[in-house]
Amino acid sequence: MTNANVSVEIDSSAAVNIFQDTVFIEDLRTQMLKFARLQVRDNQIAEDAVQEAMISAYQNIDRFARQAAFKTWVFSILKNKIIDLLRKEKRHTAASQLEDGPNLNGDALIEHLFEENGHWQKDERPKKWDQPEHGVENEHFWRIFDACLDALPAKYGRLFMMREFLEMDTPEICHNEEVTVSSLNVTLYRARLRLRECLEDHWFQKEMS
Amino acid sequence: MIKCKQATQMLSEKLDRPLSAKEKINLAMHTAICGPCRQFGKQMEAIRELSRSYTQKKPSNKKQSDKK
Repeated sequence: MTNANVSVEIDSSAAVNIFQDTVFIEDLRTQMLKFARLQVRDNQIAEDAVQEAMISAYQNIDRFARQAAFKTWVFSILKNKIIDLLRKEKRHTAASQLEDGPNLNGDALIEHLFEENGHWQKDERPKKWDQPEHGVENEHFWRIFDACLDALPAKYGRLFMMREFLEMDTPEICHNEEVTVSSLNVTLYRARLRLRECLEDHWFQKEMS
Repeated sequence: MIKCKQATQMLSEKLDRPLSAKEKINLAMHTAICGPCRQFGKQMEAIRELSRSYTQKKPSNKKQSDKK
């Protein structure tokens, strides 16, 4: 027989430190919430997922001494919670039903970017990006990245995040969202076109000028 | 010969599915002569890398002025 109290009584200074750092926790919670809202588009469900992830984290905290490791780990819990939610709910807001947002999207965007003969419009040709990996260290870059993600039509943002953030594969996304493979591929292409355009306009070219 | 419009779509779909041999050849021939599409291809990879590091960002130590 094991003594259930033993693990509870272990004094984990790591836990105390991380959860007592209210600035860190509040900052983390805000980021998690933003991430969850983009995924589920329902405040209450997003709040619940974040709260559950935080509770899981608290219960298993003794394994995580460093804040950086802690953050990655809490986000991985959150990702799994969101994936569970998406699977269970069989979304009432299937991606196919979400409306496209404002701005140029889909065919209008493609017409804007390319000439009739299928070549790039002169002004729209992709420019060289200056070492994109440097953005990772830069808080301001991530604010731009967030804003560009937010500016995507709901359907684009949702499928893009399923692929690139939650790293779900094609059959799973198609099954969940009731979209065909070709429609998924086209939507991801359009999402990346838009995101690329946004990042280039608001970060990479601005930085150079 | 494919145009930039098709090439960019293939460069995106390369991240989602394996391209066929024919697509690979068409794409290679196109990017060999098209600088903007070569940039586009690199940027598709960069966007994937950036997205993957999104949830692994280092925590910021300073107080964020996030407004609700």
